[in-house]
Amino acid sequence: MAVAGAQVVVVGGGVTGLSAAWWLARDGLDVLVLDKGVVGWEASGRNGGGASHYHSPLFHEEQRLWPLMDELLGYPTEYRRERVIFALNESDLAAYHGMAAEGRRLGYVADHIDPMQVRALVPMANEANLGGVHLHYGGHANPQRTVQAYAWALQDLGGRIAQHTPVTDIVEAGGRVTAVETPAGRIACDALVIAAGPQTGFLLQKVGVRLPLGFGRAEMIVTEPAPLMAIGGVDGNGLYGRQTLRGNLAFGGGPHEWIDLASDGPVARPSSPLTRNLARRVAELMPGAASLRLIRSWAGVIENTPDGRPVLERLADPANLTVATMSSVGFGLSPASGHAVRDLVVDGRCSFADLDKLKLSRFETIRDDWLEERGWLPPTLPESPARALG
Amino acid sequence: MPDPSAIDGKFAPPEEYAQVLVIGGGVAGAAAAIEAARLGAQVVLIDENPVDPGLMGLDVPLLYGGRMSGAVQRRGRLIETVLAANPMLEEAIERGVEVRLGLTAWGLYVNGPALRALPSPMVGLADEDHSWMIGFDRLILATGARDVALAFPGWDQPGVVGAGGLHALLQRYDAFTGRRIVVLGSGDVGVEAALTAHGRGLEVAALVEVLDRAQASPEALDKLAQAGIPVLPGHIPRRAVTSRDGVERLILADRRGAEVVIDCDTICLAVGLAPAIELINAAGGRIAPDARRGGHAPVLQGWATSLPGVFAAGDCAGLAAGETEAAEQGRQAARQALGGAAEGGPSAGPDAWAYQAAWFDALTRDADPAMIVCQCEAVTRGDLLEVRAPRYLGDPTAGARARDIATLIADGPPNQDQVKRLTRAGMGPCQGRRCREQVALTLAQAAGLPPADIPLALHRAPVRPLPLKVMADWGETAAMTHGWEIWFAIPGQWSAYEDIGTEREFVTPFGGEA
Repeated sequence: MAVAGAQVVVVGGGVTGLSAAWWLARDGLDVLVLDKGVVGWEASGRNGGGASHYHSPLFHEEQRLWPLMDELLGYPTEYRRERVIFALNESDLAAYHGMAAEGRRLGYVADHIDPMQVRALVPMANEANLGGVHLHYGGHANPQRTVQAYAWALQDLGGRIAQHTPVTDIVEAGGRVTAVETPAGRIACDALVIAAGPQTGFLLQKVGVRLPLGFGRAEMIVTEPAPLMAIGGVDGNGLYGRQTLRGNLAFGGGPHEWIDLASDGPVARPSSPLTRNLARRVAELMPGAASLRLIRSWAGVIENTPDGRPVLERLADPANLTVATMSSVGFGLSPASGHAVRDLVVDGRCSFADLDKLKLSRFETIRDDWLEERGWLPPTLPESPARALG
Repeated sequence: MPDPSAIDGKFAPPEEYAQVLVIGGGVAGAAAAIEAARLGAQVVLIDENPVDPGLMGLDVPLLYGGRMSGAVQRRGRLIETVLAANPMLEEAIERGVEVRLGLTAWGLYVNGPALRALPSPMVGLADEDHSWMIGFDRLILATGARDVALAFPGWDQPGVVGAGGLHALLQRYDAFTGRRIVVLGSGDVGVEAALTAHGRGLEVAALVEVLDRAQASPEALDKLAQAGIPVLPGHIPRRAVTSRDGVERLILADRRGAEVVIDCDTICLAVGLAPAIELINAAGGRIAPDARRGGHAPVLQGWATSLPGVFAAGDCAGLAAGETEAAEQGRQAARQALGGAAEGGPSAGPDAWAYQAAWFDALTRDADPAMIVCQCEAVTRGDLLEVRAPRYLGDPTAGARARDIATLIADGPPNQDQVKRLTRAGMGPCQGRRCREQVALTLAQAAGLPPADIPLALHRAPVRPLPLKVMADWGETAAMTHGWEIWFAIPGQWSAYEDIGTEREFVTPFGGEA
């Protein structure tokens, strides 16, 4: 079935692409999102849902927008403001105090809390905790609900989404992108946004642009529901996490695995026995939760740039191509990253933040073997079989 | 230079090892273990029976419907009962197989394209107190079949069991509390359930069939007739009448719509069984829709799955036609696992989805939208049709009211995991066991598609819901402990934006390195 062209085609129905498309549609632009699978299916719908990214130039816009998102989108995101981070050892406590100081420096409220205050906010918390911080900003939302909210809000504004429509090539003329090729045929556009997560680099290769990316697998677990806590966002003991409004505890953290990725993405994303290490840390952080049943684990595959920071840029050539990879930290920042992409596409510059340090040119001199140099390589497979059959 | 926070080298080798590991001590698993031992292999057979009573209360792994007696609390006695129920297990022990009962196999891990960090292929095991890993060279999955549940008003009350759950309580545990049962479904599964119950001295009031004629073979129906068990074709269950103790009566509608009332304390759902594919699916093994093998079944070459070193036999490979065939499959799988040529393959049965869909259509015709479909999350049929978010998110917004299963399908194609994320159907502690097929059938019905066209909602480890403290790796490696980071730990990733490019870039206190 042929898909009609659009003023702006967004490649990638993840959280960044959907937010960008929604922002563009709010401007009255005719927007089409193409996804190789189902919207929000990959890392965008599988992450920890955190929304406290003080390091980012998009931070203030992230904090401004999240409390408004349910209203703006017209669908619930399960956003809950605030976060508690508490320590089981001194070095973590110092780091958390540093985070709070950074938040205060940026103009937000962040309290130090003592062990009793931790227990008041997180009744299941370890009694031997050393205290922590209470961030009166940031917070968390439900990734699955949020990606669908973006998608529906986009459709409500007349935007279109074509699922199971991978982009196989990009057509250029006169220094501009004029169309993309898909199995559903050629789709014309006046501007193109590539926000395709791990596939972003492969797509940029088609227009001769090099975006160095490594691909990592990260994992999370979720328990059956627990009584609702005052603040659902809880970090500590090497974990990031949130309590859903249903009560489930969803936590992640720990070692990632670097993987080889084909241009069409991973076929399966199995979780690993890391499930047990995550279970241990949740049980240590919150002994009151130790008897809760662990009901699922899952994995997501995320792209990282060499410095772990986003590339948010409208390129000089092709001049109507905007690139958006959030380098493994995309969900929470999505209200702001979408706004930034809208600004880049429509105005050529971001209206609310300096994005100069997020340009692709910073990787121009990076060596071809940078992945080897950093050790961002898949593990070496063990000798197999482990023992010969008798 | 290796990445210190990457997963490489952080997993310990499995705590124990089996040259041939068999999961499942039914007929196929026991036969596989015996054959593998006969061929000289070191064999460990794991079976989850007796199942932890807490899991049974969640209808995991089978639909026990709350009809288990206090006997399920006495594990020592139950182990003897479980052994007595399958004499092949005794034979396996005599042949040198290490038979271990009451252990849960909750995860299968095999290196593949997106997971290469395992020191060896392994299976996660757990007892009541802790979990550990067992490595293997060859794994034979003989995990059997799962109950397929379909909702009718009252099905969420005690006394609604599955054919698998009934069989387990009667035959394996001798711990069934029901006395008078009605069986829903007149195929082989229903007839077997009825005859088993009858053979144990229970009263079987009737077999109910929504189709116009009984489905089982004439021979099977003869046995029913000899036992004096009536079959009621063309009858549709309307609701169960329940009290605090659960089911008291089943109300049916006959062909003309007249009410038929049957007193009973147990209603046995016997409209189908599904191959228990959880472990292989969660590990990324290939699964394909195959209604003649019971639904979603592993892709096999002989008995080899798409995962290296992993084989399947018996009901989990595609609903074996009976115990004799299951045993033969087990032996063939064992020989193939130990280097023999592929022999045999799953047999084709009746079209499981056509039959389930016929029942589903009958039960959902004029169904009350308030009927619960997902018991764990209290998702109703109406919620599914409206793709309604849970009630704790408040009243649906205008946009949400304009969305329903038809708009989702139009945006399509239909996807059960998407419906799950939006409605929470299948997200609860029973891990979707009780509503998985119903949600898929709801989508198929709404989309006008055959059930085979609805993609399988993915299974995830742990494939049994186990407490955090049991799952926890309390003895993890030092490499895991010391290399643990909350995220990728890329130097400078969390540096303040204005510090980038300055001397402060790598000296911020969080995540940065000096």
